[in-house]
Amino acid sequence: MNALSQHRPLLSVQHLGKHYGPRIGCTEISFDLYPGEVMGIVGESGSGKSTLLSCMAGHLVPDAGRVVFDTALGPRDTVQMSEAERRRMARTDWAFVHQNPRDGLRMGVSAGGNVGERLMAIGARHYGAIRATAADWLGRVEIAADRIDDAPRAFSGGMQQRLQIARNLVTAPRLVFMDEPTGGLDVSVQARLLDLLRGLVRQMGLSAIIVTHDLAVVRLLADRLMVMKDGRVVETGLTDQVLDDPQHAYTQLLVSSVLQV
Amino acid sequence: MTDQAYNFAYLDEQTKRMIRRAILKGVAVPGYQVPFASREMPMPYGWGTGGVQLTAACLTPDDRLKVIDQGADDTTNAVSIRKFFQRVAGVAVTEATTEATLIQTRHRIPDTPLRVGQILVYQVPIPEPLRFLEPREAETRKMHELEDYGLMHVKLYEDIARHGQIATAYAYPVKVEGRYVMDPSPIPKFDNPKLSGSPALQLFGAGREQRIYALPPFTHVVSLDFEDHPFVASKADHACDLCAATDSYLDEVIIDDDGGRMFVCSDTDYCGGRRAAGYVGRLGGQA
Repeated sequence: MNALSQHRPLLSVQHLGKHYGPRIGCTEISFDLYPGEVMGIVGESGSGKSTLLSCMAGHLVPDAGRVVFDTALGPRDTVQMSEAERRRMARTDWAFVHQNPRDGLRMGVSAGGNVGERLMAIGARHYGAIRATAADWLGRVEIAADRIDDAPRAFSGGMQQRLQIARNLVTAPRLVFMDEPTGGLDVSVQARLLDLLRGLVRQMGLSAIIVTHDLAVVRLLADRLMVMKDGRVVETGLTDQVLDDPQHAYTQLLVSSVLQV
Repeated sequence: MTDQAYNFAYLDEQTKRMIRRAILKGVAVPGYQVPFASREMPMPYGWGTGGVQLTAACLTPDDRLKVIDQGADDTTNAVSIRKFFQRVAGVAVTEATTEATLIQTRHRIPDTPLRVGQILVYQVPIPEPLRFLEPREAETRKMHELEDYGLMHVKLYEDIARHGQIATAYAYPVKVEGRYVMDPSPIPKFDNPKLSGSPALQLFGAGREQRIYALPPFTHVVSLDFEDHPFVASKADHACDLCAATDSYLDEVIIDDDGGRMFVCSDTDYCGGRRAAGYVGRLGGQA
């Protein structure tokens, strides 16, 4: 990687907007994400954070704005890309971790097949090599090697979520989108998953965008924070700065709403 | 002999034109599933309504028709379709692969090599090779459009993980001219190599699913596999008990209550031809 690309944002979102009829999904969203950076997007339900994530990941077509990704061939606007190009990118450079593992996994296919699918989609045709890579990744997300031929429906919720992460990271993506990755898990399982995610992100130098309503998750994982309300960004800054010294009234409310044990 | 109450080959001329247009498109884009307005035929779905419509659209009065079901000329499906076209088209029929100009088949490719000028019509129950992997039709079409075929190998991966080898034995997925992944209809995978480079025109018709696809003569067809688990065109490891052939696809037949069995060619014409030429298998003398 040359010096120039080090200083170029990996993802540059410019004036992104999405409306559902007269209602605002999200509007006038602009930010840059640099390589190796983890960005957290927080806000209450209905604040437009999932809409924003879907627009960035190409699941929804935004009404306005650009999503410029630094591809191997230089920065490209992914909104203008053909569907074929976008899909190719979605299974090589990008990853998407759904809140519900059922949306991101093939429940009838074995754990090894789930992890191997992305490899086969980009042309891996050696069974032994695919299986070895799958086994390696199951190990990295702390799933026992003898579960490789079990279907995910035989897994616990936490294991399913870890499997989904392995399935996404197997092609060494550069950017990971996560939608409430710890939603629906109990706190001890959450803690383990967060620990795992933090290790993987640091180890692989991943850039990630994490959407969540759980401030503890962003405190642990995110370098920077964006607070959304009613489809708009109300505050941005370094995570610790925003959480410890919130400026906007809504952020103050959000931070003070966290229950202390 | 022709029943004068029907147009030649049962279907009206406009319908045949519509089907021929779909065939031409299918031939132009090998392996691509062309939608067509499948008609109600005087037989149930699953009995070959798609194949019958293709045959009706291709038949001319000079054709010589052969119909096989699982390789045999004398099974119910084959006999009734052959009779149907004798009645509504009055065409000549034959059981000899070499004499036929048009062969409608269910689940086999004849063991006798085909030649230029012949048409082989397949009956297809489920034309979509991705169907049991991806239930959404809109999504499978998108996958074909974008050549997004990783999922097909997931199926083969699952086979090996579960059974130690690719256990898919029929309807084995193929890739046509490096582009479309195609379901070759439920032929045994032993027949897959015969799809590639065949001098005959191969047409596939799915009546219920309303799809036609085609392989023009000498089309390159590759069975999907893994580098370390290559495709194997398997068959029962025996010789035919009637004609001693070792190169044909065999059916296993139980012959008594004591576990007795025999293996016979599934292609009755091929077997009969060899026996007429003097080849005798293990039980060929008594049968």
